[in-house]
Amino acid sequence: MDDIKNIVAKLHPLERQVLPVLQQHLELSSIAKNAKLTEVEVMRALQWLENKEIIKIQSEKRKSIHLEKNGQTYKKEGLPEKRFLKALDESFKGLNVITKKAKLSREEATACVGLLKRKNAVEISQQEGLSVKITEEGKKIRNLEWPEEYFLLHVFPKEYEEAKDRTIVEELRKRKELISVRDEKKITVTLSPRGHELLKEDLSAEVVNRLTPGMLRMGSWKEKTFRSYDVEINVPKIFQGKKHFDNEALEYIKQIWLDLGFKEMTGNYVQSAFWDLDALFVPQDHPAREMQDTFYVEGKAKLPPLWKKVKEVHENGGDTGSAGWRYAFSEEETKQLLLRTHTTVLSAQTLSRLKKEDLPAKFFAVGRVFRNEALDWKHLFEFYQVEGIVVDPHANLKHLKGYLTQFYKKMGYSAVRMRPAHFPYTEPSLEVDVFHPIKKQWIELGGAGIFRPEVVKPLLGFDCPVLAWGQGMGRIIGEYWKITDIRDLYKNDIKQLREMKLWLR
Amino acid sequence: MPTITINKQVFEQLVGKILPLEELKDRISMLGTDLEKIENNEITVEIFPNRPDMLSEQGFARAFSSFIGIKTGLQKYHVKESGCKVIVDSSVTMRPYTACAIVKNLTLDDERIRQIMQIQEKLATTHGRNRKKSAYGIYPLENISFPINYIAHDPKNIKFKPLGFETEVCAAAVPELHPKGKAYKHLTEGWKEYPFFIDAKNKVMCMLPFTNSDDTGKVDEKTKNVFVECTGTDLRNVEVALNMITTALADMGGEIYSVEVVYSDKMVITPKLQPKKMLVDLSYINRLLGLLLKDTEIAVLFERMGYGWENGSVLIPAYRADILHQVDLAEDIAIAYGYENFKETIPNVATIGEEDPFEVFARKIREVLVGLRLLETKNYHLSTKEDLVEKMQIGENKTLPLKNALGEHNHLRNWIIPNLLRVLTDNQHHQYPQNLFEIGRTFVANKKTETGIEEKEHLAVMLCHEKVDFTEIRQILDALFSALGLEYAVKEMEHPSFIRGRIGMICCRNQELGLIGEFAPSVLASWGLLMPAVGFELDLEMLFEIVKGKEK
Repeated sequence: MDDIKNIVAKLHPLERQVLPVLQQHLELSSIAKNAKLTEVEVMRALQWLENKEIIKIQSEKRKSIHLEKNGQTYKKEGLPEKRFLKALDESFKGLNVITKKAKLSREEATACVGLLKRKNAVEISQQEGLSVKITEEGKKIRNLEWPEEYFLLHVFPKEYEEAKDRTIVEELRKRKELISVRDEKKITVTLSPRGHELLKEDLSAEVVNRLTPGMLRMGSWKEKTFRSYDVEINVPKIFQGKKHFDNEALEYIKQIWLDLGFKEMTGNYVQSAFWDLDALFVPQDHPAREMQDTFYVEGKAKLPPLWKKVKEVHENGGDTGSAGWRYAFSEEETKQLLLRTHTTVLSAQTLSRLKKEDLPAKFFAVGRVFRNEALDWKHLFEFYQVEGIVVDPHANLKHLKGYLTQFYKKMGYSAVRMRPAHFPYTEPSLEVDVFHPIKKQWIELGGAGIFRPEVVKPLLGFDCPVLAWGQGMGRIIGEYWKITDIRDLYKNDIKQLREMKLWLR
Repeated sequence: MPTITINKQVFEQLVGKILPLEELKDRISMLGTDLEKIENNEITVEIFPNRPDMLSEQGFARAFSSFIGIKTGLQKYHVKESGCKVIVDSSVTMRPYTACAIVKNLTLDDERIRQIMQIQEKLATTHGRNRKKSAYGIYPLENISFPINYIAHDPKNIKFKPLGFETEVCAAAVPELHPKGKAYKHLTEGWKEYPFFIDAKNKVMCMLPFTNSDDTGKVDEKTKNVFVECTGTDLRNVEVALNMITTALADMGGEIYSVEVVYSDKMVITPKLQPKKMLVDLSYINRLLGLLLKDTEIAVLFERMGYGWENGSVLIPAYRADILHQVDLAEDIAIAYGYENFKETIPNVATIGEEDPFEVFARKIREVLVGLRLLETKNYHLSTKEDLVEKMQIGENKTLPLKNALGEHNHLRNWIIPNLLRVLTDNQHHQYPQNLFEIGRTFVANKKTETGIEEKEHLAVMLCHEKVDFTEIRQILDALFSALGLEYAVKEMEHPSFIRGRIGMICCRNQELGLIGEFAPSVLASWGLLMPAVGFELDLEMLFEIVKGKEK
């Protein structure tokens, strides 16, 4: 019984309107008529009711007879042939006169002549045009009710199967826009036991879909019953505002360095070759400086005063105790503009601004870098690098491993390995591998080392160990979201942006 | 970076020990060479550019054998005098230096000839900077007669048979005809004369920097004794190259003989294989590496890396080109000590972390916009002129082009809105509303900056759905300024990308921050976007300055 009460509480207003009608009417069109709803509305209500196993919907194919335009007129005004017959008398009369008297069209009148002739009700003369008079048979049937007339008295649409006099139906069907026979779906419902049960309930209580401010103001909510919803069904999707998933990961990375006591470095994307390469002791004929790796930009940079010191270090080591690269340093080359190839350029600039009393100091950057490559599934021309420097007179190689180990631990990698490598600006140089806990293998994530005195002394003014690293993050970030095609990081597919889960580390 | 391929048996023979595969792999990468693969009988390793001396099987095996403790310490190479002369003519100004040697009693086979060719080729691309700095040639000794002249000639007057050719050609045709001529002729731009090696019987040995002569410069299995020349623009580079080649040949079993190189003003005997002495600052190395090595310990480690040790000084082999400073020695000590043996340590030093203030501001802006249910996008800074200018129907072009982009993205973006229109255009199959924002950098010309380019962080917001209008985008802007506690105004203006009468300038504290409006249907049509869109873009750094000024 509670079940029934529960169903009653959840009934939609349409269902409430339809249900009482089902006591008398079980066919769609008559339900609609009696419930004062459209057939579409009734169908919706019936389907909901069927889902609740209150009714069962049956649909069957059937033929039905419909009254067409002329049929409707004749039903009201009488059949034209009857009216024609009534306009006749025992002497021949011209067709025009009869047509006018019976208020028919010329076309109808001509058809009537043929019809009545077949019934032996008229006699035709061809003298002086067409003229017609009534016969004895005509007089006899004039005041009777004809089967055709009787048929038109039915309620339409009428089921074809129910029509007894098929010959009449077929005859009327041949006439112009009188009746038609159409194939139709007949929808009927039967009440389930539960439905019978339900009809015993009082469905008349007014239920309310929505609580309105008016009800609250007037206090009328006290008399209302609120329709229960189906709280278990799914609802249409809405979308939250969201940060780009890549930025979420980068924020997390930034926070690690902040927690480790590092200051953030930022700076320009367009840099001179001086800052990006020469200040880092990359010889001007180094293979990596070849055009294909670097995006060059039109224009020439202004050089800071310390460029001459850097030039000297390249040429002969200057006051660094180094032999230098021993070649003629080109001022033109160092003024070239490029898109920064690494965030290490920020470290160089930071060193040039530091003073002795600022030490020890630690800096980091999470920034975009550029490589002149065509896009494909494993290459981007813009990507992120995580940069760090520790400027500390007591820093050494073990500390470098320490900082990186701490960082990667927080990134979810328990072990870090260093391998010898080579970069023109660090010595010792090392490649940093982390142990992948699932793949059970070492993966390479970037370079690190201690800046060479040839880098540090001209920029800082004195020699001091500077631990430095530049790590690629695309691989780790992509892997977190199971991105295998690296281009998917910046595809900006709105569905992907909306549905990507959060960075939950 | 260059890789070399080594025959595993040859390698093991040179090293003097066969290591299990896993250990071999591990030791190769811990030496400071990147193992690419070991397949069948071949080892492929990448050699870093600071160690060109390892670009030969012999050089690599020598370093490896020492590293794993088989043949440690300084390898001594004996140089005998040959008395042969190479006379350098003052005309070779374009490539003024040469260093030469003779190596005798070699036993060559196909494998060794391949090795000799590999040394020359790999050295020329890396150490020789694609022959720009230096190039090398090896000749069977029996084909040539001393003294040899290193001299520049007008190529029209010289005929010889370049390597691989059937007949003699005029030297002037070599840059156009010979494969190496075509490959390196860019190095000789503006040359009227080319340097040649010509022997005492007036036979052309080679034309630099292109090719040897097929008659005199072709080494085969019958060759026992060879003449080696290195030429270039940098004397030290040329000499080290010769040292690397001759020591590799010596490791194949050859005997090295010196050659007298006679300049107009001096005479130099090459190769110079005596080691260079360098005083070691032990405390510097210990400090940098965080170690406490003693004199005796460091001597052992140096010997592991092929150095000699003599009373606090290190003896650097003559084939090493990369020792510029004590710090280079420190790295070799670290490698010998083993990178895997350094224990990670976090020093007890207090420093204070600090986020960049603009980044903090940008993060807060992001939070406001996310609260307004906008979706953040992230586009590249490189775009196309078509997107930035043409599709936006802007007359004048103020975008900055790149000189050499490989892909189609070859302009720096000067605003973000075109990026967002592209995102909307590409996402028309997804559900609306599509309301987006992006914070990112834009680039405009500005002579006052160091690079002539000013970089500004912008904020762009874009709303796109069936019923979107100016009011809705103004509401977003209102919410943003109200979150910052700032008043602002929108002033009428015109802009070709927007509908006339529905575009305004965003102004705050007498500064023009950006623009806001409804996009012109012709612009939407040029993108192929079938949904109305409205948006604004403003200079976020300028806004930051205003906020900073106000909060002070």
